Amino acid sequence: MSIDMEQFHQVFFEESLEGLDVMESSLMELQEGKADPEVVNSIFRAAHSIKGGSATFGFSAVAEFTHVLETLLDEVREETREITSEMIDLLLQSVDCLRDQMSSLEQGESADSERSHNLKNSFLRILESDDRIESSSASIALHKEAGLTEGWSIFFKPEIEIVQSGNEPLRMFRELSQLGRLKTTAHLDALPTFTALEPENCYLCWEMELYGKDISEAQIKEVFEWVEDESEIRIKPLTPNTDSNLKDNVGSEQLSNSINSELNTIPTEEGVNSPEKNEAKSASFSKRESASIRVGIDKVDELINTVGELVITQSMLSAVGQDFQIGQLARLQEGLNQLAQNTRELQESVMRIRMLPISFSFNRYPRMIRDLSKQLDKKVELIMVGEQTELDKTVLEKIGDPLTHLVRNSMDHGIESPEERLQSGKPETGIITLKASHQGGNIVIEISDDGKGLDREKILEKAVEKGLQEPGDTLTDEQVYQLIFSPGFSTADTVSDVSGRGVGMDVVRRNIQELGGSISIRSIHRTGSTITIRLPLTLAILDGQLAQVGDQIFVFPLVSIIESLEMRGVEVSKAAGGCDLIKLREDYIPVVYLAEVFGISDQPVLLDESLLVVVESNNEKIGVVIDDLLSQQQIVIKSLEENYKKVEGISGATILGDGRVALITDIGELIRLSGAMHINKMEAGNVMFPAGPQAA
Amino acid sequence: MSIVLAVDDSASMRQMVSFTLQTAGFDVIEAVDGVDALEKAKGQEVDVVVSDVNMPNMDGITLIAELRALPQYKFTPMLMLTTESGGEKKSQGKAAGATGWIIKPFNPEQLVKTVKKVLG
Amino acid sequence: MNTGEHVDNEANGLLQQGEHGVDQYLTFVMEDDEYGVDILCVQEIRGWEDTTPIPNAPSFVKGVINLRGTIVPIIDIRQCFNMQETNYGPLTVVIVLRANHEAGSRTIGIVVDAVSDVHSFSESDMHNPPSLGDAVNTSYIKGLAQASTNMVILLDIDKALNFDELQGFIDVQSKAVAAPMSS
Repeated sequence: MSIDMEQFHQVFFEESLEGLDVMESSLMELQEGKADPEVVNSIFRAAHSIKGGSATFGFSAVAEFTHVLETLLDEVREETREITSEMIDLLLQSVDCLRDQMSSLEQGESADSERSHNLKNSFLRILESDDRIESSSASIALHKEAGLTEGWSIFFKPEIEIVQSGNEPLRMFRELSQLGRLKTTAHLDALPTFTALEPENCYLCWEMELYGKDISEAQIKEVFEWVEDESEIRIKPLTPNTDSNLKDNVGSEQLSNSINSELNTIPTEEGVNSPEKNEAKSASFSKRESASIRVGIDKVDELINTVGELVITQSMLSAVGQDFQIGQLARLQEGLNQLAQNTRELQESVMRIRMLPISFSFNRYPRMIRDLSKQLDKKVELIMVGEQTELDKTVLEKIGDPLTHLVRNSMDHGIESPEERLQSGKPETGIITLKASHQGGNIVIEISDDGKGLDREKILEKAVEKGLQEPGDTLTDEQVYQLIFSPGFSTADTVSDVSGRGVGMDVVRRNIQELGGSISIRSIHRTGSTITIRLPLTLAILDGQLAQVGDQIFVFPLVSIIESLEMRGVEVSKAAGGCDLIKLREDYIPVVYLAEVFGISDQPVLLDESLLVVVESNNEKIGVVIDDLLSQQQIVIKSLEENYKKVEGISGATILGDGRVALITDIGELIRLSGAMHINKMEAGNVMFPAGPQAA
Repeated sequence: MSIVLAVDDSASMRQMVSFTLQTAGFDVIEAVDGVDALEKAKGQEVDVVVSDVNMPNMDGITLIAELRALPQYKFTPMLMLTTESGGEKKSQGKAAGATGWIIKPFNPEQLVKTVKKVLG
Repeated sequence: MNTGEHVDNEANGLLQQGEHGVDQYLTFVMEDDEYGVDILCVQEIRGWEDTTPIPNAPSFVKGVINLRGTIVPIIDIRQCFNMQETNYGPLTVVIVLRANHEAGSRTIGIVVDAVSDVHSFSESDMHNPPSLGDAVNTSYIKGLAQASTNMVILLDIDKALNFDELQGFIDVQSKAVAAPMSS
């Protein structure tokens, strides 16, 4: 039979990675010397499953490695070995190593790595103290001796309840008869009287002669493998004397009662070695999506329910439409309302399918904090709140790196050394809290620590040094803290291995903004800092502000709008290079005329009737001049690139309530374009920015 | 057609066992652990049980003992899938009423051969 | 394991669709000329509707429409062929086509004067387009075919609806300057 084992590989990788996650988090719970049996068991089980699977699917490097792991874990489980912190460390490293091996295998590469060899050797060294490691192939090898003879004489006396374990002597005789010609003699002497006979018991014993040249003892033993411990089995090579030997054992006078039967005529089952392959099934199995998502059955049920309601509404509406009379208007309206409701629910359920709990991201931090606290010699406790808070899978995947960076920062720059903490009257162990919650259509993630907080003076000093700030400026605390998000800013005295890797807070901030989110920081010197990240729950839906420019409607992401004001009475000044600026409280901000940038009309903008929307991205602000603000609504983001191509200043499109398409502005690009436009303006002298092709 | 109850907490192993046996012409019912298997075996009588040993909730040995105690499963062949070639798990399994075992790793041919064997 | 076979089967299937090398073309009229596109590329035919303009797009891109939830660009093929622009009326027709490009396929609508007919042409009916010199890009013309009364210009949709190529084509052909900011 050829079963394509590759079809199960993807599932194996997925479940192994899940198993490794379990292993990791359980290892974190383990403490030196004290092993909670439940926890050890779950670690053992994970290693055991990976070993079994990898052996079955032919990943021998992984199988060998996990076998050693399993052996050690088994001893811990059986309480013959105490768990040490060295072992926990090694096991955690093994988790990482196995993850790498899985991803190598997934990419079709070899899983054999120096790291796994080193780890394996470390485990073997631990195990060597007593010789517990056994070779799994030893028992099979044992059967291989014994020479070949003309045949074998076999005596088989099963235990009385053999059938009640599902073992049927007849089956064994059939098997033997497949090896050669079998002559069976049953002995009935142990049969009780009819009234004493228990029909479920086996009172017989057999004498057999198996004729065949190439039959090894191991082959016969294999037939009785499952029952050899409970049964009386004697296997001897057939010699002319064997018969009499056997007769001595059983008593020759009873042989007259024996029943002779020749079982070698039972046909062998041809199908065993070449059953037809089920083509259709193997095809459907191999087309497994690698980017899959696991969805709880409750979410699917909800979806099915909603669709069910939609079907009812649809049939109701089509009944109304079949023979419409004006009297049915109320009913039509009712149906349409219902349809709107169904649609909304359907949208919500579908979105919910993509939602995963943030614990998928949070789960890596206990391990990270543990490793870092060793590395940095700090004592830290991690508290996680709201791990079950759900967010879109894509957002979840993209939030990992920024979060990791922030947690590292808290460990490195926030939490003080134990001595420092004791000196300033704090408990030795610092606390880092990760907290997630839903607030409206957003998810809010807070990373806070009770460390030393941001040092206002130090930040200002650094900012001046880097030329980001004029000396002597009076800034609010909030403004000072914002400085750490500036590119190239780092206040750490020494660039440490932990967080000073050239990735600054500016990158974190940009990542967050790319997800349509925002980041802010609160801090009290010597008491701690809290960083708050606010993200949309999903990338597919956006809170939008509709704005009118000429006869067109554009959408502004609501998160990027700071304020809007009437242009009437606002003084516009020209900066060098023709850039228009307005003074907004303390700041001068550049002004962009959307009609111009998007080439909507060549009519001069009537400033008095226009509105200015102040938007922000990447800590830069611009004022966008539009004609009018319309409603705010949730919009579903559609791709413009799918059938067209990227358009500068536009991030996508959406479909409005009336079915028309509206384009969504890309604030970051608008800001960039405003810069580009000024250069254009300079080149073109004082002429207005060239109008779009439609005006030509 | 004989019905096989395939019990394994590992999805890949379960799918492999199930797919292999289906390909060989068996009807297969899958269960993710002992508790699940017991429930399914009570709901529909199966002809042979192929169960992993190490599973959460209820392990394979307990499952076999529980099934063996039911009148309809008194004589049913029950096979353990075990990685341990050493005796302990086997004798525990035997004591619980297991018919026999298949040592992991096994290949599809071995699995089909063994299941056909116990079905006679 | 049987992938090779599957591919072969699919290839055979495709060949069989154009029976014995005969392909069907949907033809449309612009300025008294008849053009044809492979009917297998045609998704639907619909009336002209107002589009949402795309900022700084070349003038032959009339904007985008909502086609059952998908954003589909509409192209004025007259302008691509350097013809006079006309006003769109209730009789103006949009043919929605599926065109392939390097990274996959795009759905695009083209504005034409009127849909004319469906013709079947075999390989032997087709002639190579005449060379019109370097000034005229004929790469998007698959060939010419003789219908009962007139000549049909068969378009290579994948080439004709490639925005990047069209861009270059327009730049050479006319002075309709693309906006400075378009990428």
